Amino acid sequence: MIYETSIEGGKHWSLVVRAGMRLRLIDELGGANVGMLFYNPQNTLERYNAPDTLKCQHTFKLTRGHCLYSDMGRIFCSIVADTVGWHDTVCGNSNRELVARRWGEQSYQEVRNDWTQNGHDAFLVEGGKYGLGRRDLAANVNWFSKVAITDDGSMHFDAENCKPGGSVDLRFEMDTLVLLHTCPHPLNPARDYPRRPVGVQIDQAAPVRDDDFCRNFRPENGRGFENTKLYRACACGPTGVSS
Amino acid sequence: MTRKRSERLPSEAVYREIVPAGKYWIQVVREDQVLRIVDVEGNQAADTLFFNAADPYERYSAVDTVREQGNVYLSHGSKLMSTHCRVLAEIVADTVGRHDTLGGACATESNTVRYALEKRTMHACRDSWLLAVAEHERFGLTKRDLTHNINFFMNVPVTPDGGLTFADGLSGPGQYVEMRAAMDIIVLISNCPQLNNPCNAYNPTPLEVLIWDADVS
Repeated sequence: MIYETSIEGGKHWSLVVRAGMRLRLIDELGGANVGMLFYNPQNTLERYNAPDTLKCQHTFKLTRGHCLYSDMGRIFCSIVADTVGWHDTVCGNSNRELVARRWGEQSYQEVRNDWTQNGHDAFLVEGGKYGLGRRDLAANVNWFSKVAITDDGSMHFDAENCKPGGSVDLRFEMDTLVLLHTCPHPLNPARDYPRRPVGVQIDQAAPVRDDDFCRNFRPENGRGFENTKLYRACACGPTGVSS
Repeated sequence: MTRKRSERLPSEAVYREIVPAGKYWIQVVREDQVLRIVDVEGNQAADTLFFNAADPYERYSAVDTVREQGNVYLSHGSKLMSTHCRVLAEIVADTVGRHDTLGGACATESNTVRYALEKRTMHACRDSWLLAVAEHERFGLTKRDLTHNINFFMNVPVTPDGGLTFADGLSGPGQYVEMRAAMDIIVLISNCPQLNNPCNAYNPTPLEVLIWDADVS
């Protein structure tokens, strides 16, 4: 294990992850949510694209086998393991007004670091550390959260989606800037602001073999891996395969 | 699924323009004006983005729109929300009954993934958008602002087990959707040039755009 930590609920963090690393997220108590966005650190105009990710794999949910695509047809990371089965990428973030409406206004002076942070502001703050602003935000992943759809299109938050200890493993196929927060899912109806810690483990991933599950999950993913391989072979700087 | 026809007469529109297949359209629509997009020959997709004209970095947000209305499909009554969770426009008439905002716009790069690596040179919506913002620098938009759009006239059903399907369009010749601007907005449409899937029946055709001034009350 290269690094292990735990992020309290309602907080934010960011890191650059090199190609070939594995990032494991653990919902320690159940009911957690991790908002996440992905960028190419060498050209942050290349970013996670939820619509491409969904339509390339004919899916509405994210789980094992799925790859997370950039808008440039490349793969930031693959979901190589998942004990949960359904992660959301269409509901976006909580924002200041939503949090105040649902869980009330709180003053920082009173509650100090137990303040009720929201996902939108969390991304603005973390993104700002890399020169990103509101124009650069996009539809994010909400790890551990499930919103199911009925035939008429209505959306239903599943509060039981993730049990204590549930985890998801991401294998990075490109060097990637990861922004993340542990703020509640915007459709979480909990009476009190949900504050669920998330374990983070960073390790070296096993090499991608020809029979890799994610790469062969759909023919589209094989082509996504080809695009990513070309980029890593040709790109300058630390993204190149020579590093 | 709700359908609602409009009483507005094309002869009373203050603006009418054909958007040929594979072209873009970008224009400011003023607060309370009504914009109609017509699927002239049927089964065409209109990949559309909206921006607050006074602050274009505030733009249409698909995720805020579907979450706030509690439904993933757009139709009559849908409020199109911004990244600041404010209403940019509201759909006030719709003869189709369902429009997509999950599937995003086609790009040369996503075409390589979806169909074949060699499709990288085929015309795509995001190329049209990039040309549009390059040719209209005064709006101050760049690639950073080109994101998750609405696909008017496209039908992308979600299954209860979490699948996403690209179904035959519900639209047909002369079907239309109308929206009233809730503030001054920049509207950017790519008339989808896709030749690889049924979103426009493998046959890109024209759209028509009409604008009416605010209703006199």
